[in-house]
Amino acid sequence: MIRLHHVSKSYRTSTRPALDDVTVDVEKGEFAFLIGPSGSGKSTFLRLLLREEVPTAGDVYVAEWNVGKLPQRRIPQLRQRVGCVFQDFRLLPNKTVTENVAFALEVIGKPRRTIRKVVPEVLELVGLEGKSDRMPNELSGGEQQRVAIARAFVNRPLVLLADEPTGNLDPDISQEIMVLLERINRTGTTVLMATHDHAIVDSMRRRVVELNLGQVVRDEARGVYGVGR
Amino acid sequence: MRASFVFGEVATGLRRNVTMTVAMILTTAISLGLLGSGLLVVRTIDRMQQDYYQRVETVVYLSADLSANDTGCTSSTCSALRGQLESTPGVQSVIFESRQAAFARFQRIFQGQPELLQLARPEALPASLRVQLSDPARFPSIAKAFTGKPGVDRVTDQGEYLRQLFRALNGLRNATFVIALIQALAALLLISNTIQLSAFTRRTEVGVMRLTGASRWYTQLPFLLEAVVAGVVGAVLAVVGLVVGKVAFVDRVLAGVFEAAIVPRLGYGDIFSVAPILLLVGAAVAALTGYLTLRLYVRT
Ligand SMILES: Nc1ncnc2c1ncn2[C@@H]1O[C@H](COP(=O)(O)OP(=O)(O)OP(=O)(O)O)[C@@H](O)[C@H]1O
Ligand SMILES: [Mg+2]
Repeated sequence: MIRLHHVSKSYRTSTRPALDDVTVDVEKGEFAFLIGPSGSGKSTFLRLLLREEVPTAGDVYVAEWNVGKLPQRRIPQLRQRVGCVFQDFRLLPNKTVTENVAFALEVIGKPRRTIRKVVPEVLELVGLEGKSDRMPNELSGGEQQRVAIARAFVNRPLVLLADEPTGNLDPDISQEIMVLLERINRTGTTVLMATHDHAIVDSMRRRVVELNLGQVVRDEARGVYGVGR
Repeated sequence: MRASFVFGEVATGLRRNVTMTVAMILTTAISLGLLGSGLLVVRTIDRMQQDYYQRVETVVYLSADLSANDTGCTSSTCSALRGQLESTPGVQSVIFESRQAAFARFQRIFQGQPELLQLARPEALPASLRVQLSDPARFPSIAKAFTGKPGVDRVTDQGEYLRQLFRALNGLRNATFVIALIQALAALLLISNTIQLSAFTRRTEVGVMRLTGASRWYTQLPFLLEAVVAGVVGAVLAVVGLVVGKVAFVDRVLAGVFEAAIVPRLGYGDIFSVAPILLLVGAAVAALTGYLTLRLYVRT
């Protein structure tokens, strides 16, 4: 589902490559953590999958797309099948929960009938059915992240990318978010999550890909955050 | 593409940046108003030029001999002259005026001054070929070609002072255009700035749209339409401004000038014939500016 083949990425303004000859395969339906110290290239990894950046060398594949070589006009097709959530939620502050989720479907031209049907379903999935008319500033951080996840998932993506989704949340709430991501993973969606959170990685016992200075230093099927940390 | 969604976004965008929207619309209106005024001045000058030149004649006075003996331009000399004039490029029409006709006209002009009329006799007036030029600038070459020909006494032109007047007016017209152009540039930059600002205030939306896989058109059409709305509303305001300007200013200040028919009257028809141009220019320039701004400054 996700395949990086000898991928390097150097930003023009920095001397050290952000990713250095990275080769990783993530199967369909897998749940994988991407860990590593700050600056190790986790966000860069995810940005390559979304074609927010193009690789300097090597090939990036998501499903059937060679992402780095995708022509401009086909990028939307890729992004419609790859959901993403971030540490800072990125909700639209002047729209309700329902409207925020519906927005993701409206902007890709889904018919109103479909939107009216699937938005409540996904809000129920993330446990927000009672709060659909709240504004984002009337929600807790954990609830806001649920809205963001609902928005990323409402179009049933093949892959869900999460860049430190629990970075702003306290441990209990983080655990709830992980339960939600597992639930989404069980629907068959491949989940790739970049994180610093030891506790979460250790408790989940899922695949762990560790980056350091842009290189893959560890790739374990049922890993923990790291020995001696 | 769902139109209701796009228009909803446009409305929200315009409402959210209400002060910027107002500024953009007003500047656009002022620029287009100036452009419109420029166009109206151009029209007026053009019409004045036509009017005046239609009244101006080049006159080929005939010799005393022809004046005395030829009453219908039937002699070979006169008809040859007339033929040559008629086949000269730039000549619109040639009318023969006999000594008698000239005298009749003289009497008509000075009918209020009997002492003058008493002094005058037809013999004092020459017959003439009165030439209407389609292009008054051709006078010098015609004067040169016909002065000294057999049967010609002299060639005169009433247009010299008018040519000077219109040289000045044409300069004015060009200056108006230049100002309108500079104003248009100002409006253009403001529209571009407003779109950048609008894109900035909506960066979260645009970011979400990009990452959820909205097409470029979906993401950018609201911005383009915002610009076009500003262009169109600006143009409508500009037209209203021109009408108000006509009623409140031009009609009052220039009332005497219009009365004397020195300057042709500015009609509502003139304004409304300029209106579509302003609308088109407003919408097209706004759309183009919007498009280029988005290409250059807003990431997809
Ligand atoms: N847009 C950019 N331009 C230049 N350099 C960048 C850019 N984005 C990231 N980098 C550099 O690339 C390297 C990897 O950054 P990246 O954001 O991928 O790290 P990260 O693992 O996500 O870090 P963190 O855990 O702090 O989020 C860093 O050295 C960073 O300075
Ligand atoms: Mg990061």
